[in-house]
Amino acid sequence: MEVGIVGYGAYIPRYRLRVEEIARMWGADPQQTKRSFGVEEKAVAGPDEDTVTISVEAAKNALRRGGVDPSLVGAVYVGSESHPYAVKPTATIVAEAVGATPEMTAADFEFACKAGTAGIQACMGMVEAGMIKYGMAIGADTAQSSPGDPLEYAAAAGGAAFLVGKLDREAVASIEATYSYTTDTPDFWRREMRPYPRHGGRFTGRPGYFKHTLSAAQGLMRKLGLTPRDFDHAVFHQPNGRFPVEVASELGFSMSQIRAGLLSPKIGNTYSGAAMLGLAAILDGAKEGERILAVSYGSGAGSDAFSLIVREGIERKRDLAPKVSDYLEDKVYIDYATYCKFTRKLVR
Amino acid sequence: MHVPRFWREIPNRYTLVGTRCGHCNKVFFPPRAICPRCRRVGQLEPFRLSGRGRIHSFTTVYSGPRDFKDQLPYVLAIVELEEGPRVMAQVTDCNGEEVKIGDEVEMVFRRIKEEGEEGIIHYGFKARLVRKAGAGGS
Amino acid sequence: MRKVAVVGGGQTKFGELWDTSFRQMIIEAGTRALEDAGISGEEIDAMYVGNMSSGQFIQQEHIASLIADHSGLAPVPCTRVEAACASGGLALREAMVAVASGIHDVVVAAGIEKMTDVITEVGQEALATVSDQEWEAFVGATFPSFFALMARRHMHEFGTTEEQMALVAVKNHHNACLNAYAQHHVELTVERVLQSPLVSSPLKMLECASLTDGAACLVLVPLEEARKYTDTPVEIAGSGQASDTIALADRESLVGLRATREAARKAYRMARIEPKQVDVAEVHDSTTISELMALEDLGFCRKGEGGKITEEGLTAIDGTLPVNPSGGLEGRGHPIGATGIAQALEIVLQLRGEAGKRQVRKAEVGLTHNVGGSGGTAVVHLFRRR
Repeated sequence: MEVGIVGYGAYIPRYRLRVEEIARMWGADPQQTKRSFGVEEKAVAGPDEDTVTISVEAAKNALRRGGVDPSLVGAVYVGSESHPYAVKPTATIVAEAVGATPEMTAADFEFACKAGTAGIQACMGMVEAGMIKYGMAIGADTAQSSPGDPLEYAAAAGGAAFLVGKLDREAVASIEATYSYTTDTPDFWRREMRPYPRHGGRFTGRPGYFKHTLSAAQGLMRKLGLTPRDFDHAVFHQPNGRFPVEVASELGFSMSQIRAGLLSPKIGNTYSGAAMLGLAAILDGAKEGERILAVSYGSGAGSDAFSLIVREGIERKRDLAPKVSDYLEDKVYIDYATYCKFTRKLVR
Repeated sequence: MHVPRFWREIPNRYTLVGTRCGHCNKVFFPPRAICPRCRRVGQLEPFRLSGRGRIHSFTTVYSGPRDFKDQLPYVLAIVELEEGPRVMAQVTDCNGEEVKIGDEVEMVFRRIKEEGEEGIIHYGFKARLVRKAGAGGS
Repeated sequence: MRKVAVVGGGQTKFGELWDTSFRQMIIEAGTRALEDAGISGEEIDAMYVGNMSSGQFIQQEHIASLIADHSGLAPVPCTRVEAACASGGLALREAMVAVASGIHDVVVAAGIEKMTDVITEVGQEALATVSDQEWEAFVGATFPSFFALMARRHMHEFGTTEEQMALVAVKNHHNACLNAYAQHHVELTVERVLQSPLVSSPLKMLECASLTDGAACLVLVPLEEARKYTDTPVEIAGSGQASDTIALADRESLVGLRATREAARKAYRMARIEPKQVDVAEVHDSTTISELMALEDLGFCRKGEGGKITEEGLTAIDGTLPVNPSGGLEGRGHPIGATGIAQALEIVLQLRGEAGKRQVRKAEVGLTHNVGGSGGTAVVHLFRRR
């Protein structure tokens, strides 16, 4: 494949809600809850933020690193399950705000938590086919969770954007291969007109997350004739702090391989942003020549696996925009009442 | 603000497109159609501003219109942009005690308000304090 | 150009007039003005009415017709004049111009606003429409926030203190206690003002004019005819009006109003009066900082010293320059369109020596200062006892 990542950008809102604070609301044991989810706190969008604004921040960061004239971006795809409009694209607003319009195509993707990586694949195909020079794939969410639902401990806000283009000296990474694994598995869903998703409880684990993530990772390695030892880093979708660690271990990856991309303990599950933010965090610290495995997971269900090789562009570009660690450090804690206000859970 | 009135100014609201007088080089944001200095001699052309500037004055609003009720209290400022013009903007992601006259800010893309739960969402710019290096994202 | 005099005036009580409708208010103020001038309706040649927003406050436009009709004065021509909070001052100016030009002889200048027929939020949102809707109200600017932004800058540049600003509210509320027509009859202390809830920092609730119903009317005639109507005519010796940017952010400076300075310059020049000759002034104290800036912009003190001269008591009724003896916008109330007319009525009463307990000493020359919005319009009038 002759495509690569020419720019990438992250964005995580400043506000954090501690798992203890949520546990306090529902009478759960805070330490036990933290342990069982592997999450300490989650990122919450401010009252004036949503998937559109998070996408714009991430996309602007990607363009800064890409050094690309926004008008050359031929496609903007935003993957999310929290698009502010049911009908009316997030992608047009984002494209307009970053200056990519009007000679381009844009669309919103939805595939639970993997809609953003589906966007990367679409951009790869279009770039390779010569249809566009650059494509912007964004995964962003302000994840919804019903108050009191276990989802509430992790459902978070954040996003990442990847600018895909032809592989040249400007690339921060090449995409060696991608492989997807998809079935109809109803582990998690949200019906039309409903504010919060429903899920199959423990059914989301084995038949959902694990089966698809493992199959995609194994499929990709088989396709490339690689083993976990061939990768310097790996990142998996992270619905909580435990699943990605378990999946890594089952595949034969060590903690040191997944450490850089494991963000869920500190920000929760940013849904469509999760695997992509993890990949951005890895790129923030990666060296030329390193190989990265990135595997997303979307309920419903499917996984997209990617093998990337870090290129020389990374050294010039990583400091051109805020790093994931900058966003992790710049935080303000809020209480549950403020969380309810920010996420519009107050009834008037 | 009904759809056409908002839509008409999307380039200005989303990407800070103002105008510049080709005669005296003065930059206007929000855009003006006539340069008050040069008037008919002036040649106004679209000009995109960087969005960087400084706090010229600020206030924390505790009592606001219904469209902004969910955001109360919010910080409102007059920002002097680096190209010269001053503009009214909310300062997001901060409380009033953090802001000082002269503080460096950058314009970011945020939800300003919405036409109720069923109407369109008005996006636009807000100022954000440029925090110390390392305390990033900003 | 003919010289013009005020020969009568009247107003309603200012306040929350729950029992009284828009039409009743204008009739009440008008009747009092005509009685005061000793004229009957048939003598009126024209009417000018200052009103900011009957459309938003009572969903009624075309109030010129309504007023002429319900005053029983149709077909007398009636014209509505609008410049936000300066609507009344502009109506007075238009009436004066009409008499001065010789086109009309007996002209009524009126002002009215009915603000409490809507809920408070709607009233506040209506007030915010005096600003630039596209670029100020759009981002959440409120009426008090404009003056808060100016206050912050004034404090920054000149060291003006919150206590100095609070003193304006204390003084004006005290004066209002001496005015039966005023909305607020309550004595304040600096402490109480400072402890009132923040509206838009640093401004607190008791530093901002409230929502008020009210109407006021004046009768204008050529000065040479004035003695036919009254023994105590008051000449409108000078009139000045000026505009500035509608958006506060576009102003050259936030620590004063260029429109005020320009309008004052024109009015002083027309009247051949110097600021130091002014014996009593009604200035536009929509907030406390507004009065401090007005003192400076009108030439009563140097820029930045408004707080100092207020602290020294110069602007109290017994000071060397009594300012807002009526209670001002803060104490008397601020029914937007009526304010400019009520200010002039107060000066007429002061110059006639009929201001009762709030009468200032030796009042020969008076000034009114009326501002629209955050300073996009200002109008200044000078009055002289004849």
